[in-house]
Amino acid sequence: MKTFVLLARAGFRRHSTYRLALLAGMTTNCVFGFIRAAVLLAALASAGTSIGGYDAPTTIAFVWWGQALLGTVNLWGFAEVKERVRTGDIAVDFLRPVDPQITYLAGDLGRAWINLLGRGVPALLVGALLFDMAWPPSAASWASGAVSVVLAVVVAFAGNFIINLLAFWLVEIRGITLLWMITGGLLCGLYLPVPWFPDWLRTIANWSPFPSMLQNPIDILAGRVVGADIASTVGVQVFWAVALLVLGQFVLRAGRRRLEVQGG
Amino acid sequence: MADVTLSQRLRPYRVLLASRAHAQMQYRTSFVTDILGTVGVGLAEFAEVWVIFHNVDMLGGLDFNATLLVFALSNLTFSLADMFVGHLDQLPVYIRAGQVDAFYVRPLPLLAQLMTSDLSLRRVGRLSVALVALGVALTTADIAWSAETVVLIALTVVSGTAIFAALFTAAGGLQFFLVDGAEFTNAFTYGGSYAAQQSQQVFPGPLRIFWTFVVPTAFVAYIPAVAILDLEAPYAPTWLAWLTPLAALLAWGIAATCWRLGTRHYQGAGG
Repeated sequence: MKTFVLLARAGFRRHSTYRLALLAGMTTNCVFGFIRAAVLLAALASAGTSIGGYDAPTTIAFVWWGQALLGTVNLWGFAEVKERVRTGDIAVDFLRPVDPQITYLAGDLGRAWINLLGRGVPALLVGALLFDMAWPPSAASWASGAVSVVLAVVVAFAGNFIINLLAFWLVEIRGITLLWMITGGLLCGLYLPVPWFPDWLRTIANWSPFPSMLQNPIDILAGRVVGADIASTVGVQVFWAVALLVLGQFVLRAGRRRLEVQGG
Repeated sequence: MADVTLSQRLRPYRVLLASRAHAQMQYRTSFVTDILGTVGVGLAEFAEVWVIFHNVDMLGGLDFNATLLVFALSNLTFSLADMFVGHLDQLPVYIRAGQVDAFYVRPLPLLAQLMTSDLSLRRVGRLSVALVALGVALTTADIAWSAETVVLIALTVVSGTAIFAALFTAAGGLQFFLVDGAEFTNAFTYGGSYAAQQSQQVFPGPLRIFWTFVVPTAFVAYIPAVAILDLEAPYAPTWLAWLTPLAALLAWGIAATCWRLGTRHYQGAGG
């Protein structure tokens, strides 16, 4: 546990070194936030009522929590593990006393925390200052929302880790990474709320792990999901976190057996 | 020396681009999956529009057909620009690795070399989605076709591509200052592309002014689309569509300034 905390802290420090990058990310998040808020508000105005349970303040909350969590939850994935598999450096990770999946998870949680503080919270404040935004309706929503965000980070990490490990079998996984990003970006509820989808697309989304990476925490924090529904929303996330971490372990072991590193 | 023709002068670039294109075709599977990937990017962008219209009939004063035209024009011009100069995005990587110096010692202008350092053929995926959307939008919409309309569409595609290319170049120039803050420029390159595919009527006043006069992405799709369809739109009279080349010129003026400032600021990697 102590090792885990130390690794997470190292991830935090590593990503807090580039302060300008955090500011840059926040600026871009804000620009996208402004555009998306304008588009979705226009859609609401055109519909004349709320859409899929979202009225104006909750829609604004959807947009700005989405932009705030975009840097926190690593939706676009990472290429570090893939590169290490390709170059053979992953062999060094296997030699370490801590399991590679746990090591990278700890680092990713540290990365998530600094991104939430340095990039997410400022973007959220900009949104809250300039728009009429719905806040979490109760202390329970705040608390379960926080748990839900952590779970979202874990689910996104675990999924991306598996994608990275495919490099054991395929030399170049850029196409697969891109496919994962596209499907994920659409189904996780970054562009539009999942409840706005037509039935068939919503069914696909709800059977996939992607809403657990963004839509679920946003639903709780925007106050669209309250009361007993919170438990089932978080429960789905726990399921995907555990399932993807376990699957990741299997893939990691299979890859380890396959790995052949040349040279001394 | 004085007799060097234009074609001779362009020869190195032709050779460079041909070699890049040839290189990308070598790994057939990788190339095909890359193209499928960018088709997916185009489809995902379209899905966003489509899902909104699943819930409403009009968005920002435009119906689905008009929105499709705006979507098609902005995506077409953005993916063209992305294909030709989008890799200027890689400049911070080159700067950090000290590779810019290697470009400097070659007897061709830096910007021209960087632009021709790659030709991202995989972007044809997104381009083809945009072309299909444009075809559908132009055939299903009620357009009073005339020579003028055809000229306007051609002018829009050329100027729109120039505007996005200018944004990428301006971003490249700023990278010399930003390096670690490279993502700043995404706000107006990718953000500009996202803003361009919207009906500009959805934006509140200050944002609309920003996307028209500061970063002129309104000229890429919305203003021409309104003119092509001959719609009544506030803030976008039909004649404005003919000023798109002017917007492109202004954008290039800013891009050239940014690029010049950036390259003057650059001190070398010390190698």
